[in-house]
Amino acid sequence: MRFVLPLILFALSGSASADVVSINGAGATFPYPLYSKWFSEYRKVDPGVEINYQSIGSGGGVRQLLEKTIDFGASDAPMKDEQLAKAATPIYHFPTVLGAVTLAFNLPGFTGELKLTPELVADLFLGKIYYWNDAKIAAVNPGVALPDVPVMIIHRSDGSGTTAVFTDYLSKVSPEWKTKVGSGTAVKWPIGIGGKGNEGVTGFLKNSPGAIGFVELLYAETNHLQVASLKNAAGNFVRPSVAAVTEAAAGALKDIPKDFRVSITNSSGKSAYPIASFTYLLLYKKSAPAKSAKLKAFLGWALGDGQKLAESLFYAPLPAELAARARAQIKEIE
Amino acid sequence: MSTASPITSPSPSRRPSTRPINPGDRLFRRVLMGLSGVVVAVLALIAIYLAKLSWPAIHEFGLGFFWTTDWDPVKEHFGAGAFIFGTLVSSFFALALAVPLSIAVGLFLTELAPPRAAAVVGFMVEMLAAIPSVVYGLWGIFFLAPLLRLYVQPFLGRHFGWLFLFQGPPYGIGMLAAGLILAIMVTPTITAICREVFRAVPNTQREAALGLGATKWEMIRLAVVKSSWSGVFGAGILGLGRALGETMAVTMLIGNRNEISTSLFSPGQTMASVIANEYAEAGSNIHVAALAYVGLALFVVSFAVNHLARRIVKRLEMGGTR
Amino acid sequence: MTFQDVYAKLDARRTIVNRLMLGLLGLASLVAILPLVFVLYYVVHRGIQGLNLSFFTQLPKPVGETGGGLGNAVLGTLVLVGLGSAVGVPIGIASGVFLSEFKRSRFAPWLRSAVELLAGVPSIILGIFAYAVLVVPLHGFSAAAGALALAIILIPTVAKTTEEVLKLVPDHIREAGLGLGLPRWKVILRIVVYGSRSGILTGVMLGVARISGESAPLLFTALNSQYWPRGLLAPISSLPVQIYTYAISPFDDWTQLAWTGSMVLVLFVLVANLLMRAILGGKKA
Repeated sequence: MRFVLPLILFALSGSASADVVSINGAGATFPYPLYSKWFSEYRKVDPGVEINYQSIGSGGGVRQLLEKTIDFGASDAPMKDEQLAKAATPIYHFPTVLGAVTLAFNLPGFTGELKLTPELVADLFLGKIYYWNDAKIAAVNPGVALPDVPVMIIHRSDGSGTTAVFTDYLSKVSPEWKTKVGSGTAVKWPIGIGGKGNEGVTGFLKNSPGAIGFVELLYAETNHLQVASLKNAAGNFVRPSVAAVTEAAAGALKDIPKDFRVSITNSSGKSAYPIASFTYLLLYKKSAPAKSAKLKAFLGWALGDGQKLAESLFYAPLPAELAARARAQIKEIE
Repeated sequence: MSTASPITSPSPSRRPSTRPINPGDRLFRRVLMGLSGVVVAVLALIAIYLAKLSWPAIHEFGLGFFWTTDWDPVKEHFGAGAFIFGTLVSSFFALALAVPLSIAVGLFLTELAPPRAAAVVGFMVEMLAAIPSVVYGLWGIFFLAPLLRLYVQPFLGRHFGWLFLFQGPPYGIGMLAAGLILAIMVTPTITAICREVFRAVPNTQREAALGLGATKWEMIRLAVVKSSWSGVFGAGILGLGRALGETMAVTMLIGNRNEISTSLFSPGQTMASVIANEYAEAGSNIHVAALAYVGLALFVVSFAVNHLARRIVKRLEMGGTR
Repeated sequence: MTFQDVYAKLDARRTIVNRLMLGLLGLASLVAILPLVFVLYYVVHRGIQGLNLSFFTQLPKPVGETGGGLGNAVLGTLVLVGLGSAVGVPIGIASGVFLSEFKRSRFAPWLRSAVELLAGVPSIILGIFAYAVLVVPLHGFSAAAGALALAIILIPTVAKTTEEVLKLVPDHIREAGLGLGLPRWKVILRIVVYGSRSGILTGVMLGVARISGESAPLLFTALNSQYWPRGLLAPISSLPVQIYTYAISPFDDWTQLAWTGSMVLVLFVLVANLLMRAILGGKKA
């Protein structure tokens, strides 16, 4: 106790005297690696602001924003109308980057390409396929040696935008999925093990032979997970990549509404990766002046210079036209 | 405290009646009461807040909440059956391992081990309780789960696969891992009580058994264990109370799956782990209320279990010291 | 076969059973302490690789940059535990003193039940409680909310040990004090409590060791932060929550930090326990 108390006083007083605006945000885990990079880089641009971001999941980001326990939220899925209706003042969506949800798997000794069709993905996550050497998988992958290993489905255990994007895609391509499960930040999974966050799912994937799950592209790439090629709406098998995501956004550009709330899964582009999405920062129109000035400045940076950092972390930067539109929206924040 | 009885008149040894009440005494007593009143108030507030937070879910789902297993945030249907099942299975599985083990350790410490060895072993067992839950979780993910997946589960599946408990693919993560970690975590609690209970057995009883020509094991069985059953039972209940509410290690190891399965290999979810997973992140109000409802149920159950355990152990203490 | 033979056979069987069962008891004890050995070995083995000065002095780095430490989490844990103790210890000691010295009060049975039941409340529920009473009304995750949850966990531990320790003080000591004409509060504070201070301190330290490892009630109260502590009303990092976050992360740098953090936490808890045992043992001897 004798050591601890002065230490606490020191910590508290030391921080209170420093002239730094501290802003708290929480939400999506999907862009977490990029955001943590952004917020750490941005301190070099403006040392007068500290933006604390915790990846608690998109569902949490939306709810905590509505509870006003945080200054800004983040979500991969745009907020629903009824959620927006609950807010005291309007909430704006700022798309920041685009990401892809990959189907990553762990089959030791497997080399080559695993092809999946939308139907196969739905069957896997509906619990209809038990072993990797199932005839349905083999039919799509002729000449590929598939092991006799049980399939282990990994999904998210928390409310998540990644889940929203993935289930939105499945609902578009599989009527059975749509009626049985539906889409949302948290759904009732028919089968599998739940991992918390993209981190948790990746952790399970790495440690469990036979596993397949959905994670954000960066998590798959940095952890050298095996990822499947997916058949898109145009009928081509596409491996997830930054370019394939940009293609998906480019295809949807003219359909993006004024408030940016849009789904771009199952995009029609010829080489577009079908499970792609925007990720958003969510801001109130009105908040404390000191904080909102800093946040606006940050947004300007993120939608400008910050975009250059995206690709190194496997996110697709916004198409220039869209970034300009998003920058124009900053003025709306008071 | 076992001698506390409902005598209202102050005992002369404690407060001589000739002494006028000192104002300092009155103040002191008030301060103490004020501070300890906080404890009672906090407990009441917790109950009130939980009830208030879960009211929408109580209203919506009623008691059926506890035996429906549908946990569907999209359709906003919530039932806690799967978590209650998961909590019970993981806890009782843990007890099934920890109680016999704790009895054995308790007997070893009181009847067999030389004092010095007993001190060391006893201390090490106690230290099992000191390791933070999250560290058990970390260790479980990187050590226990791979061990189970690669060796234990394939072995069990091959030789005992006919039993419903050991069916399904070996994930490592799941009910088995969570139950094992829980067993490790409740062993010190149960052992501590068992030790007390065995120690309370009068030595004359042991000597009588030995005098009749019993071997040491027979003495232990007849003189010590037989007269301690209710105490051991109390110890088990106390361990159950701990296992029910244990959160982090279980959350990290149980696989977080909202489903009832009879196999120990399959993933599950407990009442505590679903709160840890979803409380900060739940989207809709009814989802939050449903989680608070789970919390309320957990609160009431741990309340009841601890109360029961205290009563058993206390009755024993009274019997033992007299 | 004579009776002697039957008895001899029976005796031989009894001896074998005896040996077997006693051996089993010893074996069980070995099995019980095995996890401790495994956990300690693993935590130290993995943790020590990341132990260096920057672990204590630096902030965590974003993904993809090597290095960094958990300095903020170490400091944050100290802040949270310090605050929690500042609130919980006085209340806990006061309750313990009340239970031991005023056990005939009509309030005592209520207090005793409350303390025992509070000890059994799962810590995650205290998280919900602190979230509802501090986080939502004050519009923000905060160190204060986390500390509140920790304080509530600490209270019953401290209260129970304090009561136990004070009960060991023989009544004649109290009587002697009262006989000297001292007011009762002075007898309790100066003689009974002061004389038992090392025992009470033990209880406090054990409680502190326990709450320093708690993560469940902090998940949605103190949240977490990648910066240094910023006051009572801001989110704050803590070792257990940081370990949890990094334990389930797929990045090797972060997993390493989780192991090192675990090692620091475990060593702190073990040292605190050993220290307290030494104090108590020294007193008894």
